Amino acid sequence: MTRNIVILGGGTGGTLTANRLRRHFDHDDVAITVIDQDDHHVYQPGLLFVPFGLAAPDEIIRPLQRQLHRHIEFIQADIDMVDVERDTVVLPGGREVHYDVLIVATGATLALDETEGLTGQGWMSNVFTFYDLAGAAGLHDALTEFQGGRIVVNVVDMPIKCPVAPLEFCFLADWYFTQRGIRDQVHITYATPLDAAFTKPIAAAALGDLLTEKGIELVTEFNTGSIVSTTDGPGALVGYDGREVPFDLAVVVPLHSGAAYVGRSPGLGDDLNFVPTNQATLQTMAHPNIFAIGDATNVPASKAGSVTHFEGEVLTENVIRFLEGRELDATYDGHANCFIETGFGKALLIDFNYATEPMEGHFPAAVGLPLLKESRLNHLGKLMFQSFYWHGLLPGRDIPLIGADMPTRGKHRPTTKTNHTTQQGATR
Amino acid sequence: MVDVNEEGFFEHPEQWTREIASQIAADDGIDELTPQHWQVIDFMRKEYFAKGTGPTVRVLGKTSGVTVKDLYLLFPKGPAKMAARIAGIPKPKGCI
Ligand SMILES: Cc1cc2nc3c(=O)[nH]c(=O)nc-3n(C[C@H](O)[C@H](O)[C@H](O)COP(=O)(O)OP(=O)(O)OC[C@H]3O[C@@H](n4cnc5c(N)ncnc54)[C@H](O)[C@@H]3O)c2cc1C
Repeated sequence: MTRNIVILGGGTGGTLTANRLRRHFDHDDVAITVIDQDDHHVYQPGLLFVPFGLAAPDEIIRPLQRQLHRHIEFIQADIDMVDVERDTVVLPGGREVHYDVLIVATGATLALDETEGLTGQGWMSNVFTFYDLAGAAGLHDALTEFQGGRIVVNVVDMPIKCPVAPLEFCFLADWYFTQRGIRDQVHITYATPLDAAFTKPIAAAALGDLLTEKGIELVTEFNTGSIVSTTDGPGALVGYDGREVPFDLAVVVPLHSGAAYVGRSPGLGDDLNFVPTNQATLQTMAHPNIFAIGDATNVPASKAGSVTHFEGEVLTENVIRFLEGRELDATYDGHANCFIETGFGKALLIDFNYATEPMEGHFPAAVGLPLLKESRLNHLGKLMFQSFYWHGLLPGRDIPLIGADMPTRGKHRPTTKTNHTTQQGATR
Repeated sequence: MVDVNEEGFFEHPEQWTREIASQIAADDGIDELTPQHWQVIDFMRKEYFAKGTGPTVRVLGKTSGVTVKDLYLLFPKGPAKMAARIAGIPKPKGCI
């Protein structure tokens, strides 16, 4: 009898998992269905480059279904809910899709209305986010017209996708205004709820130094309570503690939640609609036949494409084991790997997992890309990644030398003590 | 005697009592714990024992019955940390 694997979300995780599973199973034995609300797929790391004119919106977007192998059914629909007890996904109009295995890959959504005033008068004229395509494109126009004044880049609260992206935005803004010859007219501030530039202490120190070097003001432990804005005049971020950060242009990374249907599906999600998931096996706590991947989960790893990619290998193996009635034992170690664009054609690279924070050295071995150091090579790596994303990662091919497990060859363990790993157990 | 770490968070939440809570609050500048303070403190302990970590401010705002704005009025030095200290539970885990 044919069994059904249903995958909710055809973004990074949904697509690569569908393709990997399709290659493993004969299509007479296992039917694979992907459900997504959109018919296009956005290469989200490209959103960082759109505001600065370094990428055009149509260069980072492709038809969603074309990224799926043959013999994968695609349904375009906004998911209504999952009935965990009946192994059924409910779509608008009451259409039901039955599954033997369900994979939740619907990512994170932007909770714009959870921050007072964010979408107020100045929204899309001097208050923007670059976390979606419309915002990134609007910000490009606003930056082009910007002649000087105060820019604030603000993270409202964690967790967010790609936690380094707002820092990269600051570095690129410094480069952008330098190129235009008006850097001395622009004051750049980074306001974060964290007590340092980043979550992981060693990387936070390195990134903090870079902010100082580039003359970017760092405001820490800032919890945005509301945003006051007008259509054309200055505005301000107002912290819950009463502090204010004035701006002429605000670039805000809004609060993130899981998809709304998760909240409508009894037993599936947590208070923020993320799906409680075993951090090693990627099986959810909701039901043994429900798995989850990527930004949709609550695992204590960054919400990043690299995490999603490494999780994909483990998830595929465990779904196969589950359908064959074998015990799950593939384990994900929290491996993440990010290029951090630092402007002027350079980038940093960090590599870490649940237990080990980013450190210096080279990746993936002693001869390789420099870790935690600015280099031109890393910048090229970041640029080349888009091509690998469409042609290697989404189709589900393995990258030579780089597997799901974090490599330790080529890394320098710092002599200072780094027992911060308990900090990572994020379950929000 | 209770065991606390260098930031003042309890290492053994079962050593906590309501009297100790009032003392910690006083040391932190809250002269009197009102019923609303207690609502938050009790909620945090319940969450901690159910889930193994205290809630973040955002989750507190969604689930405790007290808005984030009011949470900052009740615990001006940052609700999640300050209330966790007074509630005698470990520091809520951060995010990445
Ligand atoms: C500005 C920015 C920069 C980034 N830079 C990097 C980077 O440099 N490196 C890196 O590794 N990662 C980066 N990321 C993060 C990376 O893009 C994500 O972590 C990754 O795409 C997560 O994959 P996913 O499959 O979990 O979710 P997604 O790829 O977001 O896919 C989720 C899918 O679910 C669909 N969906 C959601 N809700 C519903 C619903 N109710 N019904 C039907 N379908 C639904 C969506 O349409 C979407 O197609 C960046 C992200 C952003 C926003």
